[in-house]
Amino acid sequence: MEKILEVKDLEVSFQTYGGSVKAVRGVSFDLHKGETLAIVGESGSGKSVTSQTIMKLIPMPPGKITGGQILFNGEDIVPKTDKQMQKIRGKEISMIFQDPMTSLNPTMKVGYQIMEVLIKHQNMSKQAAKARAIELLSLVGIPMPERRVNQYPHEFSGGMRQRVMIAIALAANPKLLIADEPTTALDVTIQAQILDLMKDLQSKMDTSIIFITHDLGVVANVADRVAVMYAGQIVEMGTVDEIFYDPRHPYTWGLLASMPSLDNDDKAELAAIPGTPPDLTNPPKGDAFAARNNYALAIDFEEEPPMYQISETHFAKTWLLHPDAPKVEPPDAVKKRMRQLSSAFKQPVLVKEGN
Amino acid sequence: MQISKDKFQLVGSKYEDAEKISKPSLSFWKDVFIRFRKNKLALFGLVLLILLIIMAIIGPHLTGYDYRTNDLTNKNQPPSSEHWFGTDDLGRDVFTRTWEGARISIFIGVAAALIDLFIGVLWGGIAGYKGGRTDEMMMRFADVLYGVPYLLLVILLMVVLGQGLGTMILAMTITGWINMSRIVRGQVLSLKNQEYVLASKTLGANTSRIMAKHLIPNAMAPILVTMTLTIPSAIFTEAFLSYLGLGLNPPLASWGSMASDGLPALRYYPWRLFFPATFICLTIFAFNVVGDGLRDALDPRLRK
Amino acid sequence: MVKYIGKRLLYMLISLWLIVTATFFFMRIAPGNPFTSEKKLPPEIEANLNAHFGLDQPWYAQYWDYLVRILNWDFGPSFKYKSQTVNDIINEGFPVSAMLGAEALLLAVAFGVLLGIIAALKHNRWPDYTAMIIAVLGISVPSFIMATFLQYFLAIKMGLFPVARWETFMHTILPALALAATPMAFIARLTRSSMLEVLSNDYIKTAKAKGLSQGVITVKHAIRNALLPVVTYMGPLTAGILTGSFVIENIFGIPGLGAHFVTSINNRDYTVIMGVTVFYSILLLVSILLVDIAYGFIDPRIKLAGGKKGE
Repeated sequence: MEKILEVKDLEVSFQTYGGSVKAVRGVSFDLHKGETLAIVGESGSGKSVTSQTIMKLIPMPPGKITGGQILFNGEDIVPKTDKQMQKIRGKEISMIFQDPMTSLNPTMKVGYQIMEVLIKHQNMSKQAAKARAIELLSLVGIPMPERRVNQYPHEFSGGMRQRVMIAIALAANPKLLIADEPTTALDVTIQAQILDLMKDLQSKMDTSIIFITHDLGVVANVADRVAVMYAGQIVEMGTVDEIFYDPRHPYTWGLLASMPSLDNDDKAELAAIPGTPPDLTNPPKGDAFAARNNYALAIDFEEEPPMYQISETHFAKTWLLHPDAPKVEPPDAVKKRMRQLSSAFKQPVLVKEGN
Repeated sequence: MQISKDKFQLVGSKYEDAEKISKPSLSFWKDVFIRFRKNKLALFGLVLLILLIIMAIIGPHLTGYDYRTNDLTNKNQPPSSEHWFGTDDLGRDVFTRTWEGARISIFIGVAAALIDLFIGVLWGGIAGYKGGRTDEMMMRFADVLYGVPYLLLVILLMVVLGQGLGTMILAMTITGWINMSRIVRGQVLSLKNQEYVLASKTLGANTSRIMAKHLIPNAMAPILVTMTLTIPSAIFTEAFLSYLGLGLNPPLASWGSMASDGLPALRYYPWRLFFPATFICLTIFAFNVVGDGLRDALDPRLRK
Repeated sequence: MVKYIGKRLLYMLISLWLIVTATFFFMRIAPGNPFTSEKKLPPEIEANLNAHFGLDQPWYAQYWDYLVRILNWDFGPSFKYKSQTVNDIINEGFPVSAMLGAEALLLAVAFGVLLGIIAALKHNRWPDYTAMIIAVLGISVPSFIMATFLQYFLAIKMGLFPVARWETFMHTILPALALAATPMAFIARLTRSSMLEVLSNDYIKTAKAKGLSQGVITVKHAIRNALLPVVTYMGPLTAGILTGSFVIENIFGIPGLGAHFVTSINNRDYTVIMGVTVFYSILLLVSILLVDIAYGFIDPRIKLAGGKKGE
């Protein structure tokens, strides 16, 4: 399959009063055409910064890309100027944000907010853009689009506004859609509708999606592959099956164990991950997760773990996969769902030294 | 890669340690102070303010002249080693009068701010805390009073009540407290339903204890900022009234009255206007930048 | 919306009534009879005058009479200048003051908004610092000091402008500048903070994610929303410019209403003080009301909030 996006060793930091915060510390992943990659992590794990960096939407300064490459269609966008980025944003890559209540301009008609994209990227006349905006509104399932197009955002409910955001994002048929927690601020019933809509439109338009979320439950429904981020790094990445049925990183275990599930029996308690993520002004020595990790090894406090490959598509960054590491049992909630996947190698293979 | 096997012992989480080594926690005021100190302009304003206050205290005693004694043989003298800021049309030492004026101008500002604070906190606090009809009535009253144009009312009162320090402060505070009361009420309303206040209510704390322990400390920030910004506006109003001929009765000196006395003589004796005018501007400037700095330091969300 | 305007109108009327009543009673308790302040009049003449001004009536009759006259837009005679009524003074002085005020208003809004926007766009860089230092200086210098210094340096010393009086356009520049300085500074600060707040909003990020250029984002998405709070400031701004004109007109010898007002204060010409105060109050309250109504039309969110609920 055609690779549409390749992120290599991306590093992003922010200058703040307290010093430089290393928000993204060497992230690499790729994305194929029509594929959906979910990036999962707690708040502050760097998932939003990573995705916004792909569009170069992080404020610079204080933000700065301190290393790595972002290859979009084989072209590195890191050195591109803001002017060059304007041709990519909205046209090639577009984005849906978390809070539909605040991401639309309150004093501009909804229709015009869609038309802006069409006029800018497709050279449409005002009339043509308006007609297309009405089409797009009905495409995202908004009833009476002819009337709605002239209304202001406050006349729409949260779910409807997120549909408008989707219409804006898809107006110019982008190759890549980044959805930054698009359903977090919505009611559960609306969440499902929005997810269905996104999947439906994706199959129609063959768009690739990066889906940012902290909710593993959502991931299972939408993603092909999952990347788990912690403290600015990807700690485990694999297909949905690999992450859900054969997770290898203790942080992923923690996330899975803390996820409510219908097949849990009543007695099983939800397990919380103790503590809070580390301060990325001074990332801890060794494995950033060690301090909160019940399975931490002595070496976790000294050396950063390397990346191990478990299958063609499955990677995890933990010392537990080292041949000398003790065999540990994942938490019960995770153990219950574990199964042997045929794709896995006999032994994890070391791919990269920790640095 | 060679790593000794004992490194691979399971040791488990150490998150208690991890939480401990994170940044030392700062008390609220210490944090505010650190942020305030980073604002160079505000710091400059604070230093200026301290200097002005020191001069207001010691200034009138430095020259041996008296602010009210006329010396008609020495009138309208330019600045010299004898009279550092020159003399006015009655031969009085402008330096001494300037610092005497500083006392009065700053006194007016501080007094107005304190009275606004007192009435405002009481009115807004009660309205916000009681809520319901009491709140409705009290704030309606404030709304109507607020509709009265401020300076016009002050002028009217000064005309009617006659000039003087007391009437001036009264005139300034008669509607000045409304702003403060609105801020306090807003704070009280937003704070009183927060969990920690509810928590202490359920624990049986009584009203006055809740007020003293929770509401007032949290409302401190906006109150302090409003006060800091009330002082320069009162100093300005005093100068304005003096210019209209509604200022203090002579021989009392205020910056406003000195400036308005000096205005007609500007062409020939510019120092008589220059010194009081400069100090009015400097003081208003200092209070304004300190107030801005405090606001930014107290509310880090505003500071970007 | 109608309900909202009605409610505001009611408050305005209550405020106005309060002002009229207060002025009336203040003037009654004001020290000294206006006629005796300078020289002793023969008793029969004083009685005549009292009768002429209705001062021999009981207070409630006088009060009622005053209210009725105000409703008929009649502010009564002047105590000092027998030939003039307060209405004459207003008719003569107000057009001049209105001209000066309008010029100052325009200056204050245009430069204030410009300065504020530049400061916000160049946040934490030198244009921002420069604009904000100008603004804080503008706030720190009282208008009459500003006026005096402008007059002294630009007119008297350098001869660039006429020193005083109200004749040509050149005569209007210095007074308008002096009058506009403080409100301009306020507007600049307000615009800056409002603009910064708007620029940090999610919808600006959305606009950027659409691929719009910085210029389009600033003009179409940011400025319009950032100016909404500035519009609400127009009411207090009018008040500031009106009261500021008292001293400015005096300094520059402009025959406006403000200068008349100051003269009447110095003369203790009570009926003029009363009449002009009430006139100014009406002007201010009406302009604040107009600003609020205009705001309702500019901000689409408010338009609906008055009628039916948004969602």
